[in-house]
Amino acid sequence: MTDKRRVVVAKVGELAIVRFADKKIVDSANIEELGEEMFSLVDKDHIKHVLLNFDGVIFLSSAALNKFINLDKKIKAVGGILRLCELKDDILEVFIITRLDRVFDIRKTEADGLKAFGAGS
Amino acid sequence: MVEATWRWNLHQEIPSSKDAAHEAIEHLLHAVSDAGWEGREFFHIQMAIEEALVNAVTHGNHESPDKVVEIEFKVSADAVYMRVKDQGEGFCPEKLPDPRDDEHLECTNGRGVMLIREMMSQVQYNEIGNEVTMVKRRKKD
Repeated sequence: MTDKRRVVVAKVGELAIVRFADKKIVDSANIEELGEEMFSLVDKDHIKHVLLNFDGVIFLSSAALNKFINLDKKIKAVGGILRLCELKDDILEVFIITRLDRVFDIRKTEADGLKAFGAGS
Repeated sequence: MVEATWRWNLHQEIPSSKDAAHEAIEHLLHAVSDAGWEGREFFHIQMAIEEALVNAVTHGNHESPDKVVEIEFKVSADAVYMRVKDQGEGFCPEKLPDPRDDEHLECTNGRGVMLIREMMSQVQYNEIGNEVTMVKRRKKD
């Protein structure tokens, strides 16, 4: 388990399970930091696949969505897959309204996400 | 909407800083919660004001210490009125690409404006696009 400032990361081989430190992902300085921490998983730690676990997240802004879009591009560039899980209904609605549910592979639970990666029980 | 029905209102100018914006948002959300708004509709109000105010501070006024953002909020049990005006050059919301189009799905601009439109009952921009007025009406059960 690796603790950063904005995320908590658990690594399983080439897969990282990422949880968020903030309940509300809105502060732009924090979002910048969040982006840097997520991108470094791919750029520095050579993580290929990422499962973003939104458990506990109750609000996010469009600036946060942009970071997830850029993370997805970065992961696709190294041949990896980004999946999302544990989204509250309100947060899921944001992805549906923006049609980002077509860009991201969204799973209901972390177990579902891990299963899709061929990991977990 | 009859103004006498408003149970809370705020009209002031705030500095062009994200801290000032978030302080104003917290005041508004407190009043919104006190007026009995909750769940999905509360979330929609929070999303709209977050996007509008951060846009005004960052894209409108470019966080200039010489510029202010005018905010006007009115809250009742049935409706929430939010007006945000910056001192920037404005923009044309109609000219923004629709981020829901397949070719723009992975673009990173225009999504906040679209979310405001989708989540509010009524949205209106002034002619030059430096002022947005948003109304959320509570759905009747």
